[in-house]
Amino acid sequence: MAEINTGGGGGKHDGGKVRSKKASTRVDMTPMVDLGFLLITFFILATTLSKPSSMTLNVPDKTKQEETEPIKASNVMTVFLGKDNKAYYIFGKAANEDPEVKTVGYGYEFRQALMENVKKVGSDKFVVVIKPTKESTYKNMVDVLDEMAITKLKRYALVDELTDSEKTLLKDKVKLNI
Amino acid sequence: MPAVKIKRASSSVDMTAMTDVAFLLLTFFILTAQFRSQDAASIETPSSISGIKVPDNDIMTIGLGRDGKVYFGTDNQNTRIATLENVAAEKGISFTPAEKKEFALMSNFGLPINQLKSYLSLSKEQQAKVKQPGIPTDSTGAGANNELKSWVYNARKANNNLRIALKGDNLAKFPEFKNVLTTLQAQNINKFNLITGTEAPPAGWTADK
Repeated sequence: MAEINTGGGGGKHDGGKVRSKKASTRVDMTPMVDLGFLLITFFILATTLSKPSSMTLNVPDKTKQEETEPIKASNVMTVFLGKDNKAYYIFGKAANEDPEVKTVGYGYEFRQALMENVKKVGSDKFVVVIKPTKESTYKNMVDVLDEMAITKLKRYALVDELTDSEKTLLKDKVKLNI
Repeated sequence: MPAVKIKRASSSVDMTAMTDVAFLLLTFFILTAQFRSQDAASIETPSSISGIKVPDNDIMTIGLGRDGKVYFGTDNQNTRIATLENVAAEKGISFTPAEKKEFALMSNFGLPINQLKSYLSLSKEQQAKVKQPGIPTDSTGAGANNELKSWVYNARKANNNLRIALKGDNLAKFPEFKNVLTTLQAQNINKFNLITGTEAPPAGWTADK
């Protein structure tokens, strides 16, 4: 890689004239390039390249008690976030009316289930109630909220309390002890 | 007939062009560099399709580690000092200027207030070895032992424009997140950001205008 200078040291040639040695105009740039790339590597590794994004989460004001119209159970899909990245949902019936509990994963499977149920009642009436259980992880919750953003469903609620009938239901149907 | 001489190719390559490119890239990286801050714990966030960027300034980050430990940090050094002074006044502890200066350099931390003073007196190497136990929270959000409550309150007192970002780990359990959520809600903070990674939305998906 590097250039090897093999020129004579400007010494006297036998019987010749004394010639001044011409300095080469070429500079060996190898060390400079080395240093340059070293610094580049350092800066690449030391910088954060992709900035994280963020999703906004608005929660209702707990200090104010507003009377809201009760939602019909027939329009509600209640999603329980269970352990081992599994979600369970019931649709169209309240928990004490012996509904069918379906199991889904997250991602595409979940979206399919959502869209299927949206079709049944229409997106203006459809309400999703998200109930993370204590077995679920933060990722599960973010995934579900993300699905809401993807499917553009506006009517959803994050509820952290499970009713007694819901607890019994999950225990009986899917062996989930909460 | 003269011998055919093979022309020797020069072994030296002209590196000017390469140097140019290298230094161009170097300049670019120096100018755009935003140094990674040393975090108290590594948090792997889940990803979402949301395209909203996290603001650079005026932000308070509440971290939630995979083991459920809670970390707290603000972006600005002056805010950090002001927050510490407010908390210290509330808890009846005083910090020396050196400790405050040390505290200002911490981008986030997860220590109960009574361990903070001894932690600040350690050297950088020793600090890195300390296993931070996390900031105490509780499930009601307003208990006497809930220190996150006073950190959040006093940080907002120090800088009223602070926005709140929650940075949770993939594996953090929901109950711990709920504790943080309740703490914020107890102070009537109902709007905050969840910091996530970026993932591509499904094909054909467009954002609402």
